[in-house]
Amino acid sequence: MIPELGHFVLIIALVLAIIQGTLPLIGAHRGNVALMALARPTAQGQFVFIAIAFGCLAWSFLVNDFSVENVARNSFSQLPEVYRITATWGSHEGSLLLWVLMLAFWTMAVSVFSRHLPDDMVARVIGVMGLISVGFLAFLLLTSNPFDRLLPPAPDGRDMNPLLQDWGMIIHPPMLYMGYVGFAVAFAFAIAALISGKLDAAWARWSRPWTTVAWAFLTLGIALGSWWAYRELGWGGWWFWDPTENASFMPWLAGTALIHSLAVTEKRGAFKAWTVLLALTAFSLSLLGTFLVRSGVLSSVHAFATDPTRGAFILGFLAVVIGGSLVLFAWRAPKMLTGGSFNWFSREAMLLANNVILLAAMGSVLLGTLYPLFMDALGLGKISVGPPYFNAVFVPVMAPALFLMGIGPLARWRDASLPDLFTRLKWALAVAVATGLLLPLTLDGFNPWATLGFALAAWILLTVLIGFRERMRNGARLASLPRAFWGMQMAHMGLALGVAGITLVANYEQERDVRMNIGDHTTLAGYTFTFKGTTERPGPNYRAARGTIEVSKGGKTLYVLHPEKRIYNASGMAMTEAAVRYSLTSDLYVALGEPLDETAKAWAVRVYHKPFINWLWIGALFLVVGGFLAASDRRYRIAVKKLEAPAGAAAQGA
Amino acid sequence: MKSRHKKLIAIGLGVAGLGIIVALVLNAFQDNLVFFYTPTQVAAGEAPEGRAFRIGGLVEMESVRREADGLTVRFLVTDTAQSIPVVYKGILPDLFKEGKGVVAEGKIADGGVFAATQVLAKHDENYMPPEAAHAVEQAQKAQATLAK
Repeated sequence: MIPELGHFVLIIALVLAIIQGTLPLIGAHRGNVALMALARPTAQGQFVFIAIAFGCLAWSFLVNDFSVENVARNSFSQLPEVYRITATWGSHEGSLLLWVLMLAFWTMAVSVFSRHLPDDMVARVIGVMGLISVGFLAFLLLTSNPFDRLLPPAPDGRDMNPLLQDWGMIIHPPMLYMGYVGFAVAFAFAIAALISGKLDAAWARWSRPWTTVAWAFLTLGIALGSWWAYRELGWGGWWFWDPTENASFMPWLAGTALIHSLAVTEKRGAFKAWTVLLALTAFSLSLLGTFLVRSGVLSSVHAFATDPTRGAFILGFLAVVIGGSLVLFAWRAPKMLTGGSFNWFSREAMLLANNVILLAAMGSVLLGTLYPLFMDALGLGKISVGPPYFNAVFVPVMAPALFLMGIGPLARWRDASLPDLFTRLKWALAVAVATGLLLPLTLDGFNPWATLGFALAAWILLTVLIGFRERMRNGARLASLPRAFWGMQMAHMGLALGVAGITLVANYEQERDVRMNIGDHTTLAGYTFTFKGTTERPGPNYRAARGTIEVSKGGKTLYVLHPEKRIYNASGMAMTEAAVRYSLTSDLYVALGEPLDETAKAWAVRVYHKPFINWLWIGALFLVVGGFLAASDRRYRIAVKKLEAPAGAAAQGA
Repeated sequence: MKSRHKKLIAIGLGVAGLGIIVALVLNAFQDNLVFFYTPTQVAAGEAPEGRAFRIGGLVEMESVRREADGLTVRFLVTDTAQSIPVVYKGILPDLFKEGKGVVAEGKIADGGVFAATQVLAKHDENYMPPEAAHAVEQAQKAQATLAK
């Protein structure tokens, strides 16, 4: 009964979405207040019904209802409860249901936190989001119904992919989707502004906090995915330039460009058309990401089934959304090209440069990700573009953006003076260059990549500190600085930490694959790893060979690590569970390869020393916290009360 | 300098910068494209020498041999028509198995052995890497035409 109920309420949600996506838009066009007023209740109703549907699916997973095909394929009676619930979004159908749930959630949030917006704007924004929801709900119901029954019911499930049985996977998809789908809000605001023709600073102010929050969620989602890959794939890597990673990284790059360009539009009224275009781009890339990952075009842990009708549907939807929004843009945008003027050396110009670089980086990722797919689709041969391409392009392209990041926030709007900036920043520049040159010498000799990384990290950190100092010299106290400023500073600092972490781990990590018999030891980065053998250990839904490895330094045992090799009962699939000793300055990472003799006494063992890798994720956390701080700035709430923020505070924020 | 000149210089710098980026991207792209070849193609000498490429197919049954150091592995990759010997030093991915699909990246070394630098892990046991499936399909198609 429960699955049928879920299916039924999903249909009701689709009906509501159709009403939400049509009548309020018509109402806004004709100035009909009654039709516009339908936007909020339909959006809220839709959320309730989708939430019920989601609850029904989660329930079917929880009670092991193997008469539901989705449950039978993706769950298992021995699977621990918490993973049975997360298995709800571990499948293709379930993850799409999560997508629409997130969309409904964001729409409801807009309907609640939009009292200060004009009615026609609210009607249009919610209407556009309704249309997106119609597309996805139709996709779910027509091609990927999560509630399809299986007759006769399966005796037991086929289990969830063991790689996904990890708590990083519990929260990675929801956070990532919050980000993806959050860009739908920025998209809807942009479309609403294009339709109404009111593309002004007020529009930028409304859509800014939403965009920043979506961006923060996306950042968190990507960071969690990377952290999961690091711990779970057993290779100790944190970024593989895998197409599925790129799929989430492209909207992130476009979104990063968008939040910066929105700042210019809000403060200076410039870049309007550009900002709108970025909002369309960011969401289109989110859809492209969903298409790439969900259609089975890419082979990865995310591709559940290759079903051509599904791919065709998403591709068609993608074409409608991107094509439609670009046509609308081409039609409406030329009428709005009145922006504030600015000098070629000013904060605006630097933010423009930042945008161009971010989009160039995005384009290079797009090329590397899509080109192999096109070649394959056209029958021109199978090729792949690996990490060497992305590393060779990405580092030199992004380096100037990181350098500008130090100057931009300190430069004046409209017209900045180069000599003035030089006087303010010469010490920071000198210290950063010295750090870059000297630090590698103390580590492992001169290394140009390490020099670049360290210099940029130090440069960003120092300029952030200068930003604080200059504010305080003007008499402000730290606590009284606007949250937008704090948010920007924290995010930039997070990037500095991330760059430092990446530089250290990429240039100074050590790894070794060794054959180890009981009692054998190997030394890496001053640590001695001694293999003490393996023991059998049963898990809830797997059997594991659990290794014991003692780590010592100078004859003193420091840690005992227990990497595992698991064989999962339902699928018979083997999985490496690495053991990691985390610390702020370095991780010790041990993974079991395979047994090398019949009695399983000797094993292939992989040992890593990863210096400062955790700075990467700490840096990402700074970005996330910075995003939320900036979005909670007082002036967005003041706008709620229809008061103008004091000119000084507004002009100084990020 | 007039502001119009400054503007022109700024635009010129911008265009030059973009040009450099595009050149960089395309250059790196050319250098790092990795082409895929089936065992039949490799056996026919179609694969490039001295350049890395990918090979895919099935791990031939009972072909996996370990050397004394415990880490160097030799096996045959087959598309059911031709087999290519592969050597790899390191830990194999969890889902590497005889009779299952595999994709390896590397170069042809001395004696026609494919020296793999990377053996690709796939995430799902029942899942065949598309490249490997493609190789087997091609070989079977070729055999079907020969049989006629």
